[in-house]
Amino acid sequence: MDNDTIAAISTPIGEGAIAIVRLSGEEAITIANRLFDGINIEGVTSHTIHYGKIVDPATNEVAEEVMVTVMRGPKTFTREDVVEINCHGGLASVNRLLELALAEGARLAEPGEFTKRAFLNGRIDLSQAEAVMDLIRAKTDRAMNVALKQMDGHLSKLIQTLRQELLETVAHVEVNIDYPEYDDVEEMSHEMMMEKSKRVLKEIERLLQMAKQGKILREGLSTAIIGRPNVGKSSLLNALVHENKAIVTDIPGTTRDVIEEYVNVRGVPLRLVDTAGIRETEDIVEKIGVERSRKVLKESDLILLVLNYGDELLAEDINLFKAVEGLQVIVIVNKTDLDQKIDLDKVHHLAKGNPVITTALIEEKGIDELEQAIADTFFAGELDAGDLTYVSNVRHIQLLKQAKQALTDAMNGVEQGIPIDLVQIDVTRTWELLGEIVGDTVHESLIDQLFSQFCLGK
Amino acid sequence: MTYNAGQFDVIVVGAGHAGVEAAYAAAKRGVKTLMLSLNLDMIAFMPCNPSIGGPAKGIVVREVDALGGLMGKVIDKTYIQMRMLNTGKGPAVRALRAQADKPLYIQEMKHILENEQNLTLRQGMVEKLIIEDGECRGVITETKAAYYAKSVVITTGTFMRGRVIIGDLSYESGPNNQRASVKLSEHLEELGFELVRFKTGTPPRVISHTIDYSKTEIQPGDEDPRHFSYETKEAIPNQIPCWLTYTNEFTHKIIDENLGLSAMYSGMIKGTGPRYCPSIEDKVVRFHDKPRHQIFLEPEGRNTEEVYVQGLSTSMPEFVQREMLRSIPGLENSEIMRAGYAIEYDAVVPTQLWPTLEVKKVPGLFTAGQINGTSGYEEAAGQGIMAGINAASKALDKEPLILDRSQAYIGVLIDDLVTKGTNEPYRLLTSRAEYRLLLRHDNADLRLTEIGHQLGLISDERYEAFLQKEQLVEEEKARLANVMLKPTDELQAIIEGAGGTPLREAIKAGDLLKRPEMTYDLIEKVTPSEKDLDWDVKEQVEIQIKYQGYIDKSNQQVDRMRKMENKLIPENIDYDDIGGIATEARQKLKQVRPLSVGQASRISGVNPADVSILLVYIEQGKIKRVSNQ
Repeated sequence: MDNDTIAAISTPIGEGAIAIVRLSGEEAITIANRLFDGINIEGVTSHTIHYGKIVDPATNEVAEEVMVTVMRGPKTFTREDVVEINCHGGLASVNRLLELALAEGARLAEPGEFTKRAFLNGRIDLSQAEAVMDLIRAKTDRAMNVALKQMDGHLSKLIQTLRQELLETVAHVEVNIDYPEYDDVEEMSHEMMMEKSKRVLKEIERLLQMAKQGKILREGLSTAIIGRPNVGKSSLLNALVHENKAIVTDIPGTTRDVIEEYVNVRGVPLRLVDTAGIRETEDIVEKIGVERSRKVLKESDLILLVLNYGDELLAEDINLFKAVEGLQVIVIVNKTDLDQKIDLDKVHHLAKGNPVITTALIEEKGIDELEQAIADTFFAGELDAGDLTYVSNVRHIQLLKQAKQALTDAMNGVEQGIPIDLVQIDVTRTWELLGEIVGDTVHESLIDQLFSQFCLGK
Repeated sequence: MTYNAGQFDVIVVGAGHAGVEAAYAAAKRGVKTLMLSLNLDMIAFMPCNPSIGGPAKGIVVREVDALGGLMGKVIDKTYIQMRMLNTGKGPAVRALRAQADKPLYIQEMKHILENEQNLTLRQGMVEKLIIEDGECRGVITETKAAYYAKSVVITTGTFMRGRVIIGDLSYESGPNNQRASVKLSEHLEELGFELVRFKTGTPPRVISHTIDYSKTEIQPGDEDPRHFSYETKEAIPNQIPCWLTYTNEFTHKIIDENLGLSAMYSGMIKGTGPRYCPSIEDKVVRFHDKPRHQIFLEPEGRNTEEVYVQGLSTSMPEFVQREMLRSIPGLENSEIMRAGYAIEYDAVVPTQLWPTLEVKKVPGLFTAGQINGTSGYEEAAGQGIMAGINAASKALDKEPLILDRSQAYIGVLIDDLVTKGTNEPYRLLTSRAEYRLLLRHDNADLRLTEIGHQLGLISDERYEAFLQKEQLVEEEKARLANVMLKPTDELQAIIEGAGGTPLREAIKAGDLLKRPEMTYDLIEKVTPSEKDLDWDVKEQVEIQIKYQGYIDKSNQQVDRMRKMENKLIPENIDYDDIGGIATEARQKLKQVRPLSVGQASRISGVNPADVSILLVYIEQGKIKRVSNQ
């Protein structure tokens, strides 16, 4: 594990004009060279920087214009060969580069792993050891928290379902092996194995497809801003965007005129979707009715409901509250620069425990509180602007790809008539890989499954 | 007052399946060995099922044999039936199982041990250990004999504070009404051992001539039996069949109605029983929808009428057992010879052991077998031979032997025990082995003979034969990799006959063998070896070529594992000194005291971050030492 080549995004995402993907290890330069359309960087002098393009070797499509820094060990941070690929700071582009590097054989770095290597290779002196350990601890815990919290509940559930299906298959085969005379269960046949594998593979492929379209990888928390006309929705959008250096992109595959804005609010990636027609300052509920708008809003991970401090609560406002009942909501009472007409007690009552923030966006008041509320909602306030939120997604994709490969190996084995207990090795591997996504790889659960599913014993 | 009864190098307490292997291995290593048994007529007694082997377990028997142990040889001489299981599956999970002749097994085993040069057999109940300067230096028996040694192996099975339970009857006893060992258990507690209470059980035995076999299905042995030991050349003629019958709704009704009388359900039993060996009560309660359960009728030997009723393990009162039996087809008129019973006993929490099976707290003391929380004769034998080898190493001041998880099921077994512990009697399952494709029944000799020979447990003669086999396998593999086969009519006919698609062009013999429908026997027809190869050489060639892709993949995994196994943790590491390790991980690490980072990573509750921190800390230690110089 010490010699392989690791890669990670080493700049905070969405916060700079330039982002860096860093590779370290024996193969760092070779891997980068395979992606790099420009001078052969395997031949260049150490500690030099080169302009070129990153090309996807699979499709020959140009992914990015980049500057590549080549540094050979031992005079590097990790004392290994290091390559830094500088690209545009957009979330999509930097993730794409990382994905390509991983596809070419690099492994996604563990939290703090560059630092760890630097230490293990003697780059950092003794006095820093404690700090390194703290760093690993802190980063790992946070990464795990983030990975788990950020993971969409639906995705997690789906993966658990797939795992359970695989586990039952594996347990079935194990019972055939360990209790060959047990007659209560038929022998797992190649046909049964194929059928089950196909079903799971289809789901994995679907997930990967979604990831490709950016539904997982590039998707922040989909966030809708709603409110009656003229309560300050646009100001809110602009405030968030302005404060957080939004990356404005038009996402391939989506309707061209739908603009999505990404902002990174204290580590929480938000995707502000302009579906509700914020720009037209129209009220979604008014436009399409409570029930339909509920449907639309349900697809949002977060709803920012804006009210007017200088106006009384109207029927439309009450309707908005109805529309968002049970969803993740932050209520923003804007325009505290005006005289209060709103009944705040009633607002709190309607908010049903969701946070209520008062702002005067025009005067840039209350933005801090709002951002904190957003962070609190998703990370219990523990996360600073981090590089980890997205990495965990790249990790998921990487694991899904490996799982797909393992399951494909299993299916190839079935087709070739390989004995089922060998095929099962790859199925078990698939199960383990999916387990890594949801943070569960305990081997013991297989044995538990065995004894709960079948009545065994002498 | 005690008297000095003699000085030995190694003392083995207990003569069950762990004890005999430990004593024999130590003696074979050339050290003066004493084996103490409660009852010398019960050496290697099988208190439960009359069979040895089966999936995973059968591979352990072969591993014991490849290391020079006894179990394989003795069962090969005394079986009444032999069956190869899982023949329809891949090579990794094939397993041999023998039905044993229980009395003959004891006789044969005892005779071999009696004739072993460096081994003394003595009857006696050990009550105390002799501890000097914190190290174990011998044992004291109830007859006040003090035996001295450089190391001691305890293999007392289920005897420690054993308690037999039948319905509401409960009494102090070892298995099969032998004396329980109470004082030793108390003594270990005084020494600070953490003990745990486990439970297991055995079914009733019935007399053969009261069984109506016509209502059951015959389960014969293999016509051409294979054997456990690589030394066995001759098969035993006239195998005896087993018989299969089933419980039914009446049996289950009897169980339901009398559930309150079962010691398991009346609360009399406190110990944890194994899930994989449940009582019939458990099966009926937990899988209530199942209309029937299999019952195998297994003879206990050639010269006995006793029949073991496999599948009917129970702690019901005797009269209920009788009713249950009589509800089963074929057993309507059966007479019980011995009632089934449950037994509770003390086991040592195995995380108190090093992977050598030496007790961390008491250097010089080893424990092996069921006392370590396992279940099964084979699991006991596997630990026994390792404990014997390492107790002898200790006495000889030589390096201990630790097998890793890629070398043997024995390695998996011991690593699981000492690293993860167990909360129920531990049984080996193929699913416990990550690299089971490498841990095959057929290649135990290739994996372990070299080690057995180095330790002096494998004779030079057998080793020579092994080396020759190894060479023949390599040569034949190389030959097939180079021979080009042309698509002759003969070959095409062979391929089509096997259900394959004909060749379009010439192909290397090795590549052709990789096709699923092809076998060595078929390839041999068109390209026979000049040498007269034994079937086991051919089998090895076939398996190694056919499954090369999978084997390579496993080997890559092993390489990754080894890197972590090779990162050793200094023995004097102070886990309290490492900042950043999670509390649970710290506690577990302090308890298990893993030898390597690899072992540490397998402890439940130690997560990858803890492992990373541990790595950094160890490296830091190195720097410290360097800077101190």
